[in-house]
Amino acid sequence: MASDKVKDVSDADFASVTGSDTPCLVDFWAPWCGPCKAIGPVVEALADEYDGKVTIVKMNVDDNPATPGKFGIRAIPTLILFKSGEKVDQVTGAVGKAQLVELIKKAL
Amino acid sequence: MAKTHYKLIILGAGPAGLTAGLYAARAKMDHLLIEKGAEGGQILLTDWIDNYPGFPDGISGFDLAEKMLAQANRFELNSLFGNVVSMDLTEPVKRLELEDSDPLTCNTLIICSGAHPRPLGIPGEKELAGKGVSYCATCDAPFYRNMHVAVVGGGNTAVQEAIHLTKFADKVTLIHRRDELRATKILQEKAFANPNIDFIWNSNATKIQGTEGVEELHLKNNDGKESVLKIDGVFVLIGVLPNNEMLPLDILKADAGGFIPTDLETRTVVPGVLAAGDIRSKEVRQVINAAGEGATAVLAAETYLTNLS
Repeated sequence: MASDKVKDVSDADFASVTGSDTPCLVDFWAPWCGPCKAIGPVVEALADEYDGKVTIVKMNVDDNPATPGKFGIRAIPTLILFKSGEKVDQVTGAVGKAQLVELIKKAL
Repeated sequence: MAKTHYKLIILGAGPAGLTAGLYAARAKMDHLLIEKGAEGGQILLTDWIDNYPGFPDGISGFDLAEKMLAQANRFELNSLFGNVVSMDLTEPVKRLELEDSDPLTCNTLIICSGAHPRPLGIPGEKELAGKGVSYCATCDAPFYRNMHVAVVGGGNTAVQEAIHLTKFADKVTLIHRRDELRATKILQEKAFANPNIDFIWNSNATKIQGTEGVEELHLKNNDGKESVLKIDGVFVLIGVLPNNEMLPLDILKADAGGFIPTDLETRTVVPGVLAAGDIRSKEVRQVINAAGEGATAVLAAETYLTNLS
């Protein structure tokens, strides 16, 4: 079911992926988080819709502790929108598609 | 052209909807199950379920959801990922409007839209959501290793998750507005025996403060005395609100809390419309009765369809 459009990022390649001029939405998740699973299909649908305009990636917070720590993430799912390496805005929780579209539009 | 009419549509895939899906699929009814997120609903927020029969050692909410889905899929459950935003229940053929696709129609509808955690509604809560304010201990507990967190609430969920939080946090303070817990006895005993849980009774949370993350929880006890708790996180587990934004509440004669009343056969006041699980107006919200109501609702839908033809 996982879309190949939502690639995994790690602490190691986080800066290069989010540093691009193309806006980048990062879905911070973990395997033990039910709401993360709930938001997965929505994120995958958005990756299809915004293909080429927004890079949508996911980061497993279990495997990558540094980046979530840096952004003060204390709850998942948290989705943070970046442009040119700068944080634009973020949402937390299994929000609906409309709210994520609203977030993405802030960088378009 | 894609099929747009079904004899039965089930709205929501928590325990009620998945059980309804199992019964409908197994009975080879012309059916569709619509879910906007992941199958499982609120049980995905629960770390461990010890009171669903058939699992003598208990089971995680996550695993139970997967098993329920797998069981329905074995009978070719027909499901759709979609978000129903509104509906028209005034005609015998019910019409559902979806966010991203064409409307769907059905002869019978089972509403299993469920519920979501109730917020405290106090200053700082919204601003610090995800920065120390949480509604899901299972999701967020690992972020609080060696920290001090508060749990607000006194029911089963609050006490169960307070116990779960002690696996990560050094100290858990449970804040309850009464002088005794509402949670079931076995959970109470576990919590009282846990050296890492302490209790503040007869108190309400009034404000959450912090700049980058939660730093303080302000409390007021029932005598009006105020105090401040230095804290790293606040878990709000004070019950649920109905997921009813897509429902015509006046037509369904929703109760004061926005839940949907039904008779014992899960029939709402609208012929052909059933409600099962947490969205139903009732006292007890458990996985087991949600599942039971899902089954009842399909049988009621079958009876309605038989009488139609």
